[in-house]
Amino acid sequence: MAYNFKEYMERPDRLTAGHRMCAGCGASIALRNVMKAVHPEDHAVICNATSCMEVSTFIYPYTAWQDSYIHTAFENAGATCSGVEAAYRAMSKKGKIGGTYKFIAVGGDGGTYDIGFQSLSGAMERNTDMVYVCYDNEAYMNTGIQRSSATPLYADTTTTPVGTVSNGKPQNRKDLAEVIAAHHVPYVAQTTFVQNFRDLHIKSEKALYTSGAAFLNIMAPCPRGWRYNTPDIIDLCKAAVDTCFWPLFECYDGEKWVVNYIPKKKLPIEDFLRSQGRFAHLFKPENEHLIEDIQREIDRRWENLLTRANA
Amino acid sequence: MSIRERLSGNEAIATAMRQINPDVVAAFPITPSTEIPQYFSSYVANGKVDSVFVPVESEHSAMSATIGASAAGARAMTATSSCGLAYMWEMLYVAASDRLPLALALVNRALSGPININCDHSDAMGARDAGWIQLFSENNQEAYDNMVMAFRISEHPDVRLPIMVCQDGFIISHGVENIELLEDDVVKNFVGEYRPEHYLLNASEPLAIGPYANPPYVMEAKRANLQALENSKKVMLDVAADFERISGRKYSFFESYRMEDADYAMVIMGSAAGTGKDAVDALRSMGIRAGLIKVRMFRPFPASQIAEALKNVKVVACMDRTESFNTVTGPLGADVRCALYDAGIHAKFVNYVYGLGGRDVTVASLTSVYEDMMKIAADGTVGQTYRYLSLKG
Repeated sequence: MAYNFKEYMERPDRLTAGHRMCAGCGASIALRNVMKAVHPEDHAVICNATSCMEVSTFIYPYTAWQDSYIHTAFENAGATCSGVEAAYRAMSKKGKIGGTYKFIAVGGDGGTYDIGFQSLSGAMERNTDMVYVCYDNEAYMNTGIQRSSATPLYADTTTTPVGTVSNGKPQNRKDLAEVIAAHHVPYVAQTTFVQNFRDLHIKSEKALYTSGAAFLNIMAPCPRGWRYNTPDIIDLCKAAVDTCFWPLFECYDGEKWVVNYIPKKKLPIEDFLRSQGRFAHLFKPENEHLIEDIQREIDRRWENLLTRANA
Repeated sequence: MSIRERLSGNEAIATAMRQINPDVVAAFPITPSTEIPQYFSSYVANGKVDSVFVPVESEHSAMSATIGASAAGARAMTATSSCGLAYMWEMLYVAASDRLPLALALVNRALSGPININCDHSDAMGARDAGWIQLFSENNQEAYDNMVMAFRISEHPDVRLPIMVCQDGFIISHGVENIELLEDDVVKNFVGEYRPEHYLLNASEPLAIGPYANPPYVMEAKRANLQALENSKKVMLDVAADFERISGRKYSFFESYRMEDADYAMVIMGSAAGTGKDAVDALRSMGIRAGLIKVRMFRPFPASQIAEALKNVKVVACMDRTESFNTVTGPLGADVRCALYDAGIHAKFVNYVYGLGGRDVTVASLTSVYEDMMKIAADGTVGQTYRYLSLKG
């Protein structure tokens, strides 16, 4: 069925109101929209890594999830989901399952890029029939904005603080979607909140209804960690894709790369950085060269992506 | 009709697993338990079981996947040893807290370091506070029997806890001995169909597992876990009684060996109990009133029953195949001493650390423990209560 915004948005919410995520939190926007991709007649099991999402949506005795849900620990959403999926196969063989289930692992960038990386890699290599959704807010936000391997170059975090001899995080970010694509799983995609969510909706549904392992990397801004004006989240996401800081792409079977959006006019990275407190130090006159460093890396990665996609 | 075979402990456990035919097995290889997932994989590859085998990339993931499968509604199990169990440690508590009746075959091996692949109980002892049921086995027969009984205990509605069946690495796991197996359909009927009450894959009742719990709830959750462990004592006895009917083999909290009139009692677990029984027999033939208690159920700890069994002895020697570094006792020693104190029993008490990292345990070395007990009785004082057995120079 062709994508229809109205039909998609009219599907029942599976992550419901009443959870305790911050106002304007990118993670809850991401997951609410991903969950709507599960067809209304199908069931889902969510396997959530310890994260803001977990501690704010399932506080005993309340849950904000309409589907079955399990949290076990920080570093093992991939493995926990593998076990649930294995149970589904075993119990289906014995006729013990009623209905079709989708398996969705959810983690922040900490639980995905870093501590949960091994478990994720294992689940992907085994081509587990699941979707791993990373809501990437570019630092360990649940513990109070510490750097992760998803944190961009020169970002001010509580473990890479800007100081008299520090310009923030000294390293570039890991390109996790590319790493997962190297597992040659059927589907990898990167998206965020742009185009009235069309890109995110289509990729979520594709990921869920592709047989085998799929990985969705969703840039999900964190108003507290990034220090922007909370209502401006959509402008910020648009700037992320127009500067090519966060390209929208897909990779099929680790081979076929598709760039979903090529800006008519690629904007300078300042347009993404300027509104965020975590990059405020870069706009001091003496730090112009730091912005040049960031721009150089953005350009290099963007060109590599275009080459891979033959775009 | 039972089947006479010759099997190693690992083969015995794998055979029990084949007969149980669980829904999901997730495992990662580690010496000396590696053969268990290997044998099981061959059963899967040859259609001898209906199970889904998940070849995970680590033991942490093995326990995580087993938890996921069990929560989903499957009968799920895994096997490991040593550092593998240590790597699972975080998840062991989660399995118990989530009240999941999964099973783990532990092949006891020393924890690093120094790295060593041989037997001691340091791995199991690291898990003793995790809220699991722990059963120890003296030989391949007991390992098999304990595994056959495991799910009946763990899945009981009054229990619903994970269970660990322990056997000594190499000594049992790789030692081939005679064994009596039950027929496949007898085990199948004994274990029965798993019918979880609440589970993730129940389409008519979505379930959320593993919440964030604020202070008003955590103590109650732990107390409920404790109650389930307390309940498991009676359930274990009931299951053992049923098992005796199909096998003729009798099990309880522990085995009392020649304890009726014993003056000198050794309390021990695992394969060394067999060696200890030989020492007891030799001493008895010399007229010395030696006895032995082999603890089978270590968690929950059958404190009052053990105190009752020891109430008339002069000296108790507790044998710990691990070091817990409190400088006073090993874990078994601490539990037994606590049981004696609560029961008002004032037998002399001595605690040995023995057999670490596969150090030989012989009839001679265990006989020396009885000789020490006799000296303690004769002297009227214990001297050093915490000792190492067979320590060089």
